[in-house]
Amino acid sequence: MPFTLPPLPYSTNALAANGMCQETLELHHGKHHNAYVTALNGLIESKGLAGKSLEQICAEAGKSGAEGLPVLNQAGQHYNHILFWQVMQPGGGGDDLPGALKAKIDSDLGGLAKFKEDFKQAGVTQFGSGWAWLVIGNDGKLKVTKTPNGANPLSTGEGQPILGVDVWEHAYYLDFRNVRPNYLQNFLDKLVNWEVVADLLQKGGMKSGQSA
Amino acid sequence: MTLLHRRALFGAAAGAASLWAAPRATLAQTPPPAGPFRLPDLPYAFDANEAAIDARTMEIHWRFHHGGQVNGLNAALRDQPQLAAMPLDQLLMKLNEVPESIRTAVRNNGGGNANHTMFWQIMGGRGGEPTGELAQAIAQDFGDFATFRTRFTAAANGVFGSGWAFVTVTPAGRLGIVTKPGQDTPLMDGQRVLIGNDVWEHAYYLRYQNRRGEYTANWWNVLDWSRIAARYAAAKAGTLGV
Ligand SMILES: [Fe+2]
Ligand SMILES: [Fe+2]
Repeated sequence: MPFTLPPLPYSTNALAANGMCQETLELHHGKHHNAYVTALNGLIESKGLAGKSLEQICAEAGKSGAEGLPVLNQAGQHYNHILFWQVMQPGGGGDDLPGALKAKIDSDLGGLAKFKEDFKQAGVTQFGSGWAWLVIGNDGKLKVTKTPNGANPLSTGEGQPILGVDVWEHAYYLDFRNVRPNYLQNFLDKLVNWEVVADLLQKGGMKSGQSA
Repeated sequence: MTLLHRRALFGAAAGAASLWAAPRATLAQTPPPAGPFRLPDLPYAFDANEAAIDARTMEIHWRFHHGGQVNGLNAALRDQPQLAAMPLDQLLMKLNEVPESIRTAVRNNGGGNANHTMFWQIMGGRGGEPTGELAQAIAQDFGDFATFRTRFTAAANGVFGSGWAFVTVTPAGRLGIVTKPGQDTPLMDGQRVLIGNDVWEHAYYLRYQNRRGEYTANWWNVLDWSRIAARYAAAKAGTLGV
């Protein structure tokens, strides 16, 4: 199978003390993410995806509008979840950011406090399922954005995401029910792996290493 | 905490207090702003749809998801007394006349309000099949009830992300199946809604998790075809609202 479900970088109970219980991670990784991988593999032949990288598939599907949605839904969600697992860790979050990331957020986004408010706001106002992002924009500046369903900053052409939070209800319903703002606050306070985000900033984005 | 604990069932009698017994479920409830729109009472107890939907999901879904949309609609229309005085179906049919600054809020909260009001109304029954005129309409437009049910369920399962599947009804009584993202409704296209199924994950996640297909299959077992027949008659008479 060309596309594969990457293992979580921590155990399924590793985030339970930080607001993401074992069942959430088991379902989210083992069922939801896995279903996107399976569906995407099922589209390779019919949609002529062979030989293309996951990133390329997302960008091309995003340019194809409604016609690209069947591919974008699955490819975008595969890419989005690969990033999502990486940018969390047990006992993450907080205000202790690596220097270069902190300085970039200060200069481009008006400081960490302002960034966190804007990021939460993006997540709260993404109506229905989707994602909130911290992106290296095409002008090289950081920006905060949001996308619906399986879309992402690659498919919208907005840049390279270095932090993403899943606001599909499946990401938080067992832990937070309808209260999405508390999930987002918890994500920033207790889950974000700032070292990984800083590393992605330095590298200019995430390379999934996956292709059809 | 296991799913079993989370699935502990609470009847209507337990009321709101039951929610606060749920560990880690911090349920925000903002005080409702003054406004004309109200959360309608459920026409049955929280456990009335147990054959498809657990009582706790019913309670959270109605009180917080739908309730939040009622509050959101009233807030959006706070300075728009003329729009706030319109029947909700009329408001949604004339979304393009709503000021742009509040149009998205009216679309999402107004659509959600209409959709959920309809959703509660058509459940509380024991499933089965419609009779009379509605059964004939289904036969005419879909061949037979089984085909209709299969096609609707496939449409609901095929919605990617949050949304709804609907059966629309024309003034002449003709039926159609459409899906919508978010809280959009066929009312926004000037079409009337006979029934609809909510496939946002909040509608089924506590009981079914990722298995939407089990939820959409079981959902037929709690439809109240007498209430749906009344909606069908109202649509033909031109008196069906949301
Ligand atoms: Fe997800
Ligand atoms: Fe809902």
